[in-house]
Amino acid sequence: MSVMIDTGNYIAAKAAVMARPAVVPAYPITPQTTLVEGIANYVKTGEFKGEYICVESEHSAMAACIGASATGVRTFTGTSSHGLLLMHEMLHWAALARLPIVMCNINRVVGPGWNIWTDENDSISQRDTGWIQFYCSSNQEIFDTVIQSFKLAEHEKVQLPVMISYNAFILSHTSMPVYVPDQKDVDNFIPKRIPKWKLDVDNPITFGNIILPAAYEKVRKDMQDSQEYAKKLIPEISKEWKKQFGRHHGDLLELYKCEDAGYILLSMGAIGAESKVSIDNLRKEGIKIGLARVRCFRPFPREEVLKLGKQADLIVIDRNISVGMEGAVFTEVKAALYNNSDAKAYGFIAGLGGKDVTFGDIEKMCKKVVNGKAKQLEWFGFEGV
Amino acid sequence: MLSKDLVEIVFHGRGGQGSVTAANLFVAAALKDGNKGVQAFPFFGAERRGAPVRAFARISGDEIHLRSEIYTPDIVIVLDESIMDMVDVLKGLKKNGRILINTTKNPKDFDFSKKYDVATVDATSIALKHEILVGGIPVVNTPILGAVPKIFDRVTLKSIQDTVKDKWKGEQGNKNVKATQDAYDGVEVDF
Repeated sequence: MSVMIDTGNYIAAKAAVMARPAVVPAYPITPQTTLVEGIANYVKTGEFKGEYICVESEHSAMAACIGASATGVRTFTGTSSHGLLLMHEMLHWAALARLPIVMCNINRVVGPGWNIWTDENDSISQRDTGWIQFYCSSNQEIFDTVIQSFKLAEHEKVQLPVMISYNAFILSHTSMPVYVPDQKDVDNFIPKRIPKWKLDVDNPITFGNIILPAAYEKVRKDMQDSQEYAKKLIPEISKEWKKQFGRHHGDLLELYKCEDAGYILLSMGAIGAESKVSIDNLRKEGIKIGLARVRCFRPFPREEVLKLGKQADLIVIDRNISVGMEGAVFTEVKAALYNNSDAKAYGFIAGLGGKDVTFGDIEKMCKKVVNGKAKQLEWFGFEGV
Repeated sequence: MLSKDLVEIVFHGRGGQGSVTAANLFVAAALKDGNKGVQAFPFFGAERRGAPVRAFARISGDEIHLRSEIYTPDIVIVLDESIMDMVDVLKGLKKNGRILINTTKNPKDFDFSKKYDVATVDATSIALKHEILVGGIPVVNTPILGAVPKIFDRVTLKSIQDTVKDKWKGEQGNKNVKATQDAYDGVEVDF
């Protein structure tokens, strides 16, 4: 084990290379650029021995991941914002083909207006592609989640691609210290991928041919079953990681001071980390409040959220908006409670377009709920919150 | 609440002077000195050579959960004195805050030295002396870091020099190490 201090993107590059993918196809886009630069540098130093493909677009990047992964090897890529959106068709393809591709997505605003800062609308709008979705809150979590995701994606009962999102600049370009395990320990944690099927010139098969309605429905049902299985597997992998490397970032949720809480705040990504400072401050004022940081958005931790709803009212901060409705996490939280809980739930939209969200801002939102002044859905910074 | 020993630092400079590298080297050195929680980040915007830029650093004995910008720094480091004509570098600086300025002047030459602890160092001359140049322009980031241990005792000159040697090997590393020593020896402190 060694300590490395670097930005989220370079840490992700390090983790990706230590997972020993056979193929990394990538196309640069701000603020993901330094991630693929990092991997390219490992090609130069000889630390990355796989195939690095400079493709002509993100659509091609994902198509190349699909082609490579279908031959049974491990693949990795990274993108952001409009790059992710250009991949959209191929994201569905990767998931339906049950290919365990691992990809980092640096959460960046979708234009126009042109904006390179962070919010989650890029990845949230890929919610229904069948990918497992993690949201990270520190560089250490980025490293650990990249390695863990290969184990999850390649598990025989999962066989689905995994997207690891983290905030533009706030994590992608911020240096923090990260514990990096020895290569042999990573190799033991994620041994070589054993594909359930593969394209093989010596044993030809076709894949992606016509499929009749009843069989297709089974394909979809099987994806759903696999995501449900992932809910059980994610905590097991987290536990195994903790046992081996001593670090734990939570399971599907990371719970912080929830035991006696009458209010529980749910947030994701960097706001999830900042929220811990707010929780400590609010508790000093006598407010019994806890934090459930949403690490995994797909599969959504329905059962865990319902459990929280049995003990507390819930406050959700979304750095995204499904225009015409509300924040995406807020929708899921309410769905998890429906029919089974009397808990009240309040949603805030905050930090779109990369607007800074400070611990003080988070405290203001929570206090508005605690003081009984909050409407069910509010935009922070508007309407006098 | 913020960890008691959390220290927040803002670097002001111009694009190309190495403010972001200064913040990164600084926290890497702080980590070597046993500060477990460290963080360095640029101002998240478009960077142009010569334009005013900011970089940020946090140092703590514990893991840092903050991810927001720094609004009330404990320490301000100015890599280019001329920036003070157009940017309010004192904005948000805490009471009893410290400011280190790259200048040929003395701390008492600055009016605000009555209110804040001011330190000065001629980092530009040190960079020129050791030929630390990029495109002919002196890069003051490593020289000014050498002055920091005189105003902030949780980072040592040795760690700063070790970090510089990690980043630049051979002659380039030696030049930068000598520059940090000159800055350490030459800093004027008025507190």
